[in-house]
Amino acid sequence: MGYGVSDADGNRQYRAIKILLAGGFGVGKTTLVGAVSEIRPLRTEEPLTEGSLRTDSTAFVEGKTTTTVAMDFGRISLRSDLVLYLFGTPGQQRFWFMWDELAIGALGAVVLADTRRLADSFPAIDYFERRQIPFIVALNCFDGAREYDTEDVRLALDLEPDLPVILCDARDKESAKDVLITLVEHVLMTASEEPLSGIA
Amino acid sequence: MPSNDERWLDAEAGPVVRPYALTQGRTRHTGESFDLVATVLATRTFADTSVLAPEHLSVLQLARVPTTVADIASDVDLPLGVVRIILADLRELGLIDIVTPVVMAERIDTHTLREVLNGLRGL
Repeated sequence: MGYGVSDADGNRQYRAIKILLAGGFGVGKTTLVGAVSEIRPLRTEEPLTEGSLRTDSTAFVEGKTTTTVAMDFGRISLRSDLVLYLFGTPGQQRFWFMWDELAIGALGAVVLADTRRLADSFPAIDYFERRQIPFIVALNCFDGAREYDTEDVRLALDLEPDLPVILCDARDKESAKDVLITLVEHVLMTASEEPLSGIA
Repeated sequence: MPSNDERWLDAEAGPVVRPYALTQGRTRHTGESFDLVATVLATRTFADTSVLAPEHLSVLQLARVPTTVADIASDVDLPLGVVRIILADLRELGLIDIVTPVVMAERIDTHTLREVLNGLRGL
């Protein structure tokens, strides 16, 4: 406990809450973050793996084991002392080193999916299920996309019946807001169902 | 003969990752690790800031109000790894506190969840 209560000086603590946004490349993660929050750039480093060592020309740079990668995050000030951070997790497997750090202490996750490429969301769903991180699935309805039956998608993705699957338009602020609200409601519901299970 | 300006370019410069020159080549920070959204706040400790590098000073300035590690890294436009080392240096000098939210070890409490929900609805 202690989180969100006053500190020793009686000041309210500044609270920063993480929400993860996962999904395949080009599914609209950055669009959704931009629709609902202030986008901020962040430079980070990627450890060079066997795979990237073969493609990146580092032959003359001995000892170089990392390369800089750019990522964005979104910031929503709910109050002066309560700020939401949206981190879009890169979909490619070589970026998974970042997921573990981003996932620690996160409120939950949104898996953004494109019905034309549902398989792209499998790794993210597996990841959150394995780590018992609460998540929802939001189907980004692209221009001219027909209405999808969310139950068909639930079946296709083999999701639990109580896991929210919703339609959204990642470009629209209200729609993006609804996605986040659905996630928080789902987390609240999950939290009240498993009292004090003590998951670290 | 190449002039001085033409030497030491790109790969010829050898195993140097430029931003890490700011950290004297260190790639790991000292002390306890901290989260991307850990809150950084300058202490009221008096310090001789003339000994600090400009990047350390910029970070210290930003921490005069509670600011997250991610926001600081974004503001100073340096790679996260470099910013973490600078923050750990400042912490070691007693100039800043880095507070990792208690939720890192626990689920977020329902009270906070409700506050987030109300905040989002009010956007």
